[in-house]
Amino acid sequence: MTGQICFLLNDRQVCTPANSGLTVLDYLHHLARLRGTKVGCREGGCGACTLLVGSLRGEKVSYQSVASCLLPLGELQGKHLVTIEGLNQSRLSPVQQELVDRGATQCGFCTPGMVMSLTGYLLKAGTKISFEELKNALGGNLCRCTGYASIKRACNFLVTTTGNSSRENIQDLVAKAIVPEYFQEIPARLRQLSQSALENGKTTADFLIAGGTEIYVNYGDILPESRVKLLNQSPQMKRISSYEGKIYIKALTTFAEFATDPTIVKLIPDIQAYVSRIASWQIRNRATLGGNIVAASPIADGSILLLALDSLVMLNNGNRSRILTLKEFFQGYKQTAQKPGEILSEIIFPAPQANKINFEKVSKRKYFDCAVVNSAIKIRCENDVICEIAISMGGVAPIPLFLKQTSNYFIGKPVSQDTIETAFPILQREISPISDVHGSAGYKRLLARQLLIAHFSKLFPDFLQLRDFYTTN
Amino acid sequence: MKRIDAAYHVRGEAEYVDDLPQPAEMLYAAVFASTVARGKILALNLKEALALDGIVAVFAASDIPGTNQWGSIIPDWPLLAKDEVDYAGQPVAVVVAKTKVLAQKAAHKIAMQVKELPAIVDPKEAFLRGQIIGVPRTFVLGDVARAWSNCDLIVEGNCEIGGQEHLYLETQRARAIPLEGQTMRVYSATQNPYAVQKTIAEMLNLPHHAIEVDVKRLGGAFGGKEEQATHWACLAALAAWHLDKPVELVLSRLDDLKMTGKRHPYSSDFKIGVTKEGKIIAYEVKHYQNAGAYADLSTAVLERTLFHSTNAYFIPNVQIFGVSCRTNLPPSTALRGFGGPQAMFVIESAITQIAEKLGVEREEIQRKNLLRAGDFFPYGQQMQTNSVRLTWLEAEQNYHLAEIKNRVADYNASHFEIKKGYALMPICFGISFTATFLNQGSALVHVYTDGSVSVTTGGVEMGQGLSTKIAAIASRAFGIGIERIKIETTNTTRIANMPPTAASVTTDLNGNATLLAIAQILDRLKVVAAKELRVSEPERIAFADEKVLYAGESTNLSWAGLLEKAFLFRTNLSAHAFYATPGIQFDRALEKGHPFAYHICGTALVEVTLDCLRGTYEIDSVKIVHELGRSVNEMVDLGQVEGGLAQGLGWMTIEDLRFSDSGQLLSLNLATYKIPDVYFMPDEIAIKFLTQENPLGPYGSKAVGEPPLMYGIGAFFAIRQAMRAFQPTSEFAFNSPLTPERVLCQLYQKEFQEMAQKTAVNFRSQIST
Repeated sequence: MTGQICFLLNDRQVCTPANSGLTVLDYLHHLARLRGTKVGCREGGCGACTLLVGSLRGEKVSYQSVASCLLPLGELQGKHLVTIEGLNQSRLSPVQQELVDRGATQCGFCTPGMVMSLTGYLLKAGTKISFEELKNALGGNLCRCTGYASIKRACNFLVTTTGNSSRENIQDLVAKAIVPEYFQEIPARLRQLSQSALENGKTTADFLIAGGTEIYVNYGDILPESRVKLLNQSPQMKRISSYEGKIYIKALTTFAEFATDPTIVKLIPDIQAYVSRIASWQIRNRATLGGNIVAASPIADGSILLLALDSLVMLNNGNRSRILTLKEFFQGYKQTAQKPGEILSEIIFPAPQANKINFEKVSKRKYFDCAVVNSAIKIRCENDVICEIAISMGGVAPIPLFLKQTSNYFIGKPVSQDTIETAFPILQREISPISDVHGSAGYKRLLARQLLIAHFSKLFPDFLQLRDFYTTN
Repeated sequence: MKRIDAAYHVRGEAEYVDDLPQPAEMLYAAVFASTVARGKILALNLKEALALDGIVAVFAASDIPGTNQWGSIIPDWPLLAKDEVDYAGQPVAVVVAKTKVLAQKAAHKIAMQVKELPAIVDPKEAFLRGQIIGVPRTFVLGDVARAWSNCDLIVEGNCEIGGQEHLYLETQRARAIPLEGQTMRVYSATQNPYAVQKTIAEMLNLPHHAIEVDVKRLGGAFGGKEEQATHWACLAALAAWHLDKPVELVLSRLDDLKMTGKRHPYSSDFKIGVTKEGKIIAYEVKHYQNAGAYADLSTAVLERTLFHSTNAYFIPNVQIFGVSCRTNLPPSTALRGFGGPQAMFVIESAITQIAEKLGVEREEIQRKNLLRAGDFFPYGQQMQTNSVRLTWLEAEQNYHLAEIKNRVADYNASHFEIKKGYALMPICFGISFTATFLNQGSALVHVYTDGSVSVTTGGVEMGQGLSTKIAAIASRAFGIGIERIKIETTNTTRIANMPPTAASVTTDLNGNATLLAIAQILDRLKVVAAKELRVSEPERIAFADEKVLYAGESTNLSWAGLLEKAFLFRTNLSAHAFYATPGIQFDRALEKGHPFAYHICGTALVEVTLDCLRGTYEIDSVKIVHELGRSVNEMVDLGQVEGGLAQGLGWMTIEDLRFSDSGQLLSLNLATYKIPDVYFMPDEIAIKFLTQENPLGPYGSKAVGEPPLMYGIGAFFAIRQAMRAFQPTSEFAFNSPLTPERVLCQLYQKEFQEMAQKTAVNFRSQIST
């Protein structure tokens, strides 16, 4: 089996010599000839190709919904891949039945992806399923026909028909026909399946792939036949820990893992709300914090948040590690301090103590959209005087920008309307947005001003309100 | 009743063009298109593409044996560009390879030398340069010139209306299979099988009957596959004809966005005059339609703009001018509403400007001018019903307008940063193809000896639920269970010369044809049943619940039993029928007539919340009273209203179709073109149907497809109302879509001006995320 990728495709074991970099979507269509998974966009932007990937976690298998157009085949090594065909039983599952009963399908092209996302949620849900969480599960699935109203009706009915019982064991899901019977055997079968690592360690790889959610959008046409190295095959690169007041995040930690990590949630209580504004559920299950940084997009939500948290990044070339500040890491439009052969291995930031933190993002569509301008702030006051502050902003420069001058200016100033208004020209001098399809430069400048106000009015509602800035104009 | 295809959808078993089993030796095509919006082709270099392993052939304009010029109204569009290109994304060559990936790769290797010429992207500029398609049209009612002097207030204004990408989830695709004797079967994702048949035949110099077009279902269309599916089917057929091998062509999403036309952007100027009481006396509007590079359906879209320029209002003096302007954008095409939405947006803008000037609520002006039965439209037809007023009043009462008004006012008085707004949006949409000859439908019905039924119609299932409705109609007419009915693919060998599935009328036309065909078969079956039951009056026989009834009483003859007998009696159990909508006509010389079988009316109430700090908004609720006939399937009709609404809301707000000044598509992927998602759409959507018997629809039903889209227009005016609550003294433009960018930059005009000046013009057209 050397050189083959072996996994469970629904209820059967397959081994394929296909290239690791081939997308799972293309594998299904061209090699496995399974047509139920639909191609909508190949950029993770529609959810029509959503699938479930199950991984062994101790005795159990944990399933995640992912966009198969951005998923390299090699990632399936030792995993369980579930397609719509793998959910079909002689009778319709409750998810399928509710979609049928509420008229929630029209052209049907987005439907298999919807079924996968909803089932993925039911496989993950805790003891109580909720309408809001079902909606969240569909955040990455676009439908152009229904306007979602009938789909939401189906979700509402699902809340009642699937009940509130524990979803801890797969038997319960099988009994309710949410998944077919063969799911019960999957943990044992995965254990039997060769868990040997993919032949993946070659140093000659042309592309390193972490979550793949960015690289496949840009290089999807050449990755299938390129030599790729799948970083996710190194599980030691996925962990969040804290030590002596510092938070250590391994670079391959996904946004989903980050937002639900108890340490992070404790330190940044609104983290789930912030992260929910980033991409979609399917993408957050794959996209990594490290990947978000090294892709160096000027509007990277993760980088913006981490900049304001005063993060450091560790770079490793296999022999030596070096640490630099995230501020230094970004050097120009999609240019970073990363040297050839180096991998960003870890992100480190001081645990916010008495700090207030806020994240702002303005996009055309509130969810599942990239930012026009985003910004994060970390601030600490003593006796109403700002003694520590870090503000970052995206979409206003060639890089995710740490607002050094603006931040410095605030030190020692009281939180007041006057302080903030005096900061406006400093902020405007520090940024250099360009016009693009996301928005004009003037709009981005205006947003920079507004988001600065937003930070303060949100964190210090007793001190400041929009009205204060308005009446003086 | 559930949709007949839903179980296939949810199991991933529904078949689209490329899901059919692959024939042996099938080849795959990809399209090479122009990257410039206007230019002369100097040279086409195929060498590098042809050198790739696995490349079978490349075809260009010179490889077309017959007509390389098509278009359903004005045949001005080359299938493959020959000497010049007129829009970025225009197909120039088709590449055929052993795999899809290879074909796409080879298409990228083609090099074209072009002498670039200046492109026109603005319709008014095109008009000034004499670049128009068809002839300008003017509809007149009363005498506008004289009426201005009777007005107490006259305002003028301008609307710049954005286009819209269809974003059907299934991109354009076709598969062509050459068969014996210069014939071909083409599986095409088209709303217009006959146009595909005809155009391929003419391209290959073959009679129409040589080409069989078959359509199972489309993964969404919305007008985008009415005229514009033809191109891709032709290119697949051209390759298949040359190579004598099956060829499949599936556009990638990026190619589909770049190469296909969208909803027409408009630039419209209006002038409106009212009495001080708010009665509209005169309305003058000039619509400059951005038609793109070729005619496509633009003149028909423009015609519907003229028809709907006064929307749901009676205005005694009207002058409506419209012209299709040729620019260097991809040919603009049909999209749900077909010119109606743009027309309605302009009159709503005009009414809004009047209300703002008079200092009264928008709905006061709207209410005073709603159409009544007997009122004349500018095109000469008389309004038949009071449905506009009925739905309006029902919406006001049922959804408690007075309370909402107070609630919004109170909220806005006590909140500074967040404002609320609401708007009412009445609609009145004419049903029928405005080209009268297209109002024809056909059905072919077979009954088999086991009692099962096969129905083929001229309509295409594209998600709108046509199959379910036809099955429901057939089930009811035969008096048998719906499981006995099978709706067949749409196929040009079974139904000839069908009009496109469009204009909301497909169920009306083909449902009526189905009823006529079934009536023929039932008449014959009644004779058989009368013999079998030994009764003398076959006309007293009826069919219900799988039983044969006589004089209203159940007999012991079952449907299945009757069919066995009928076969032995040598009864014709098949029928074809044809239906043409009666009583419609339109005289384009006079611009008067009776173009519509009937109108669909309704009223929506849209509520929004605006974040005046960030410029972002949420749609809180949409509540609708919609006029429907006796619904054949209420679940399908409800889905059409909700889905149309979503598209209308998106068009007015976040769907930001953008081209550069040189005609390049900027919103070129799903990262930059945003349609409503599950969160954008409000959880609170209420729809009440007002049932109006319709003698022209099957079983009294009414068309439903397009009109609900226009409820979405209300969102623009609700957001605008919230903006005015924050900035009562500012002037806001009537430019759509009203993106968060437009909102914020208008809320902070002074600050925005300062900041815009700070910025050198430096536009990067492609930014990756």
